[in-house]
Amino acid sequence: MSQAIKEQNIYAGAFRELSARDGGPSWVARLREGAFERFEETGFPTTDEEDWKYTNVAPIARSEFQPAPPAAGAELDLAGAEPFIYAEARQSRLVFVNGCFRPDLSSLESVPPGVVAADLAAALAGEHAGVIRENLGRLSEQGGDAFAALNTAFLGGGAFLYVPAGAEVEAPVQLLFLSAPTEPESAAFPRVLVVAERDSRLDIIESYAATEEAAYFTDAVVEVFVGAGARVTHYKVQDESGRAFHVASTRAELARDSSYDLTTVTLGARLSRHNIEVKLDSEGAACRVDGLYIVGDGQHTDTHSLIDHQRPNCTSRQNYKGILDGRSRAVFNGRVFVHEGAHRTDAEQSNKNLLLSSEARVDTKPQLEIFNDDVKCSHGATVGQLEEEELFYLLSRGLHRDLARNLLTYGFAEEIVEKFKFDSIRAQLDEAILNRLRARLEV
Amino acid sequence: MLEIRDLHATVEGKEILRGINLTVNKGEIHAIMGPNGSGKSTLAKILAGHPAYEVTKGEVLFEGRDLLELAPDERAREGIFLAFQYPVEVPGVSNAQFLRLAYNEKRKHRGEEELDPLEFKDLLAERAKIVEMDAGLMSRSVNEGFSGGEKKRNEILQMAVLEPKLAVLDETDSGLDIDALRVVADGVNKLRTPDNAIVLVTHYQRLLNYIVPDRVHVLYRGRIVSSGGKELAYELEEKGYDWIKEAVSDQQSAIGA
Repeated sequence: MSQAIKEQNIYAGAFRELSARDGGPSWVARLREGAFERFEETGFPTTDEEDWKYTNVAPIARSEFQPAPPAAGAELDLAGAEPFIYAEARQSRLVFVNGCFRPDLSSLESVPPGVVAADLAAALAGEHAGVIRENLGRLSEQGGDAFAALNTAFLGGGAFLYVPAGAEVEAPVQLLFLSAPTEPESAAFPRVLVVAERDSRLDIIESYAATEEAAYFTDAVVEVFVGAGARVTHYKVQDESGRAFHVASTRAELARDSSYDLTTVTLGARLSRHNIEVKLDSEGAACRVDGLYIVGDGQHTDTHSLIDHQRPNCTSRQNYKGILDGRSRAVFNGRVFVHEGAHRTDAEQSNKNLLLSSEARVDTKPQLEIFNDDVKCSHGATVGQLEEEELFYLLSRGLHRDLARNLLTYGFAEEIVEKFKFDSIRAQLDEAILNRLRARLEV
Repeated sequence: MLEIRDLHATVEGKEILRGINLTVNKGEIHAIMGPNGSGKSTLAKILAGHPAYEVTKGEVLFEGRDLLELAPDERAREGIFLAFQYPVEVPGVSNAQFLRLAYNEKRKHRGEEELDPLEFKDLLAERAKIVEMDAGLMSRSVNEGFSGGEKKRNEILQMAVLEPKLAVLDETDSGLDIDALRVVADGVNKLRTPDNAIVLVTHYQRLLNYIVPDRVHVLYRGRIVSSGGKELAYELEEKGYDWIKEAVSDQQSAIGA
């Protein structure tokens, strides 16, 4: 039996088990089956495919991660989850452990009436089943993404956020996906569906963390529908265990005059891949997609994004920065696609990388594809080291070399860090950045 | 305090300094003047330890110690300060944060307690008065978006905070209008003590109207070709550098003959 077939059989067995015990609505069963068929057809991508040229996911396939059983990590209590909860979202948080919703660790006290923040599995059969059915998978099931298909096939725990028209959610909603070690090593399939109706406002903090440095696989899918005039701000903090694999997609669709701001930070995982797709579907929509990846020895991170300008008068801004140390690798592939007829598109994209080690490597490819004359677009990418002149300036003021390097590196990251408007996330990032650098940089 | 003996230095293989001899005692202000390309800035940067310059011969003693064997940050902690001709922008690091880090590095070096942000704020506010520096510039990133004059003032503010034993001011007067020049010069004068020394590197005599040097040296083609009191600066102002160039080429042709 070939390796590829064997890998898929592991999931096939688990999928049959899940289908047998699943008592959900029949449309969900059909969605799952369709998705699993697609996964079986395509299998895990290989480096022969252009989109996966620099990122080899064979280790994920080889590791034989089993979908985590529902009781996995049940012993994790509030004290164990506490360090990963952001102060600003204390009373507006949904906590998942190994992909399973944990009502005992969650709190929805500050979520206003009419706004739904719920476990997706439960919501499938609830009051908003119609909205879910209409939208779930609408963005993720396109384009033959095998990881998204696998997530849909194992659809279980996840978050459903629904903000009715005109509603404003004051406190950010944190979706905390925690991983606790399991035996055997397991896979979790976090799923998020966000529907923000017209003129509503919502802040989301999507965070991934681990209670221990264990090996596991997170396969996440997030879909965000931003209604006309609505404003969604979305922060993603990926701080998985250093032995983990993290493959995620974030897909958003923007209606007329809406805005969507996504800011991501990548700190953890041995291998991580983030697919981002923002569809500027109606006139006047605006998005900002910013990110920071900080990787060290043995880490590989890959960001693939598509900003899809389909209609006139839309604006997009993308700014990704990377800091690489040790033997690490980063891939950035950013496509901005301006369709015919998307007049007066205004798009900017930038990717800057700072290499702190001679063994680090970046492959960056910003791409502009424009089928229209009437646009204002710019893009650029840089890969560089700390500036000798800047370093000398700090040294000449008596700063030790490690501190001087640290400060310049921190300064490089600051532009993205300051986009996180919540103090507790910024504090986490400040500490993560300075500590990681302090630990790694030569003295 | 500072003793430079037969200093030769190159940058990218090109010889810039060709035998500098200079002694600076504490309490003194020395001005180093000279035409463009004479090696003035090279000398300033070598004292601070810039990695692009290579000393090929000679020695530099600072308080009797071999300065050249110290790394740039060690020199700074020992009390050497270079005010940059082109101060560097450090995005993302606030001026106040940066100054406190530098100040505390020095205190640690002397075995003193570090100052916390509040304690340091008071000290900074007091020192900022010396250069009439706007408080708003303290929370901004170091030199980022500062005007030319603000950058130069910021250099002198750093000097005021770090209180070096030997301050080397590299063309601090360049790019300053007359008001800014006066503020910067006043600041430097206030920071002068009987225990420290200041070396002013400048192309123009203008700065020396405000900061009166004890000694003036003229650098040309990597050597000090003339030294004197403050009158020497006036003479240069009057006659220009051509006079020096001619005198040197006369000497050289005399030697050659």
